Amino acid sequence: MYDTSDIRKGLKVLMDGNPWTVIEFQFVKPGKGAAFTRTVFKNLLNGKTKEMNIRSGEKLEPANVDQREMQFLYKEGGDLVLMDQTNYEQVSVSADMVGKAADLMKDNLPCTVLFFNERAIDVSLPTFVFLEVTASEPGVRGDTSGNVQKPATVETGAEVMVPLFIRVGDMIKVDTRTHEYVERVAK
Amino acid sequence: MLAVDGGFALVRGERGDARVAAPPAWRAGDLVDGDEVVRAYSGEEYPGPGSEVARLPGQRMAAIRSRAKALAALRGFFAERDFVEVETPLLVPSPGLEIHLEAVPAGTGYLITSPEYQMKRLLAAGFEQIYQVCKCFRANEHGPHHASEFTMVEWYRGYADLEAIIRDTEELVAHIVTAVAGQPLASYAGRAINVAPPWPRMTVRDAMQQWAGVEVHGDESAADLVAAVRRAGIEIAEDLAWDDAFFTAFLARVEPAITALERPLILEDWPVPLAALARRKPDDPRTALRFEAYVGGLELANAFGELTDPVEQRSRFEDDLRIRRERGKAVYPIDDKLLAALAEGLPPCAGIALGFDRVVMLATGAPTIEKVLSFTAPEL
Repeated sequence: MYDTSDIRKGLKVLMDGNPWTVIEFQFVKPGKGAAFTRTVFKNLLNGKTKEMNIRSGEKLEPANVDQREMQFLYKEGGDLVLMDQTNYEQVSVSADMVGKAADLMKDNLPCTVLFFNERAIDVSLPTFVFLEVTASEPGVRGDTSGNVQKPATVETGAEVMVPLFIRVGDMIKVDTRTHEYVERVAK
Repeated sequence: MLAVDGGFALVRGERGDARVAAPPAWRAGDLVDGDEVVRAYSGEEYPGPGSEVARLPGQRMAAIRSRAKALAALRGFFAERDFVEVETPLLVPSPGLEIHLEAVPAGTGYLITSPEYQMKRLLAAGFEQIYQVCKCFRANEHGPHHASEFTMVEWYRGYADLEAIIRDTEELVAHIVTAVAGQPLASYAGRAINVAPPWPRMTVRDAMQQWAGVEVHGDESAADLVAAVRRAGIEIAEDLAWDDAFFTAFLARVEPAITALERPLILEDWPVPLAALARRKPDDPRTALRFEAYVGGLELANAFGELTDPVEQRSRFEDDLRIRRERGKAVYPIDDKLLAALAEGLPPCAGIALGFDRVVMLATGAPTIEKVLSFTAPEL
């Protein structure tokens, strides 16, 4: 069991059968009352947050949650198949867990998979991925003012809006959180 | 490389450091090479030990100067009102017995968590108006508003009631903030708060009713209060003690509401289970003569119409000790000399403890207590 002195960002606890992680905490103490730790938790299953004041001496139950570094192998229908490089164990998770970023996933992409009671509950991608442009109309000369962008298809098949100067064969950096082009990078 | 401080430069050389007079164009914190400033000091981050600039950042130095101003203003304030400044021992055999305070052991005794026992003995000995500014120590208290070692201002008025202490508090805070900031405008969490007296007041029962939706009487059982808190929609465990149920609701709803107020608040008439060392109201035995002062949600001070009855005092000490034992907390000896002084006769009096560091935070706009300390514990 954890007590309030164990509370820190990232601590995983079990409450009402759900896994929660601490995202913020602060020591508070009324002049004549017990010390509390004002803690903000995020539900690891649905992303909801809640704030609780946990009194010194109260116990928190650790959640059986662990993180594993895994490599993305391939898509299979609506699922993503990932593999643990250390023991070659494979896991299949719903692509919904990564949302729109699923189409930015290239083979062998390193991901972090969160397990709760041995069940994969979340996949996080690197913030940035590097992808080659496989198709894009050439930009129209002269039309370079402001932030004019054009669609481009990258090697995974995803469509990303890019600046006009991007050409087929360019390598670009894409933000997996926003699905947006960041910059062109050298190959 | 040189680091400049108050007209002097600290020359860091292979054979040790030396202080030399610096040209007037150099400002504290600048890094210089030869005669030239190579990096003007921006003042935010603490460079930390082992850095090239083995010194405090400019902002921290400004806060230390503000502290000194605040302290001078405070001493002037009490001198004008004929208070005697006293210094009682910091190392004592019997620290406070309060259930929620842990003392720091030192030598054969403890460091004080508050100077009140010895100050009350001075009152019993015949002093009528005394004040003290001293360090107090409370184990395991670290947070944005808490440091284990902090500075307390404590004062007492004999033959006076809480009304006089409320006036002192309002005037003192306004006086210190004005001395430091130029006007009675405190600044906290990016807001300016007018601290000119008089301050609005509210009873604890009204605050709990209005903001938490919890009716508090003071003579209900813990189970009844827990039920009332749960009815108000606040999640708490069933077996909570009365005070823990109260403070869970208070922290969840009342404190945030006080934080949002535009003016300071005197929160008065505490229910008797939270009386601590306060007398009961003569006309209302469920209510204690106690108030707390808040500015911008920061709890600045706690005051009591002091308990002077040695029999009731001993019984409250014994209750505290029993609870400490039950909860597995450290058990401190009862201060028999304080009880003896009460038995000799403590005049009717009122007193208050005020967190000096927090007043400096308000006067300087510092967001956390560590910004107004010369060094924080991790920096030692």
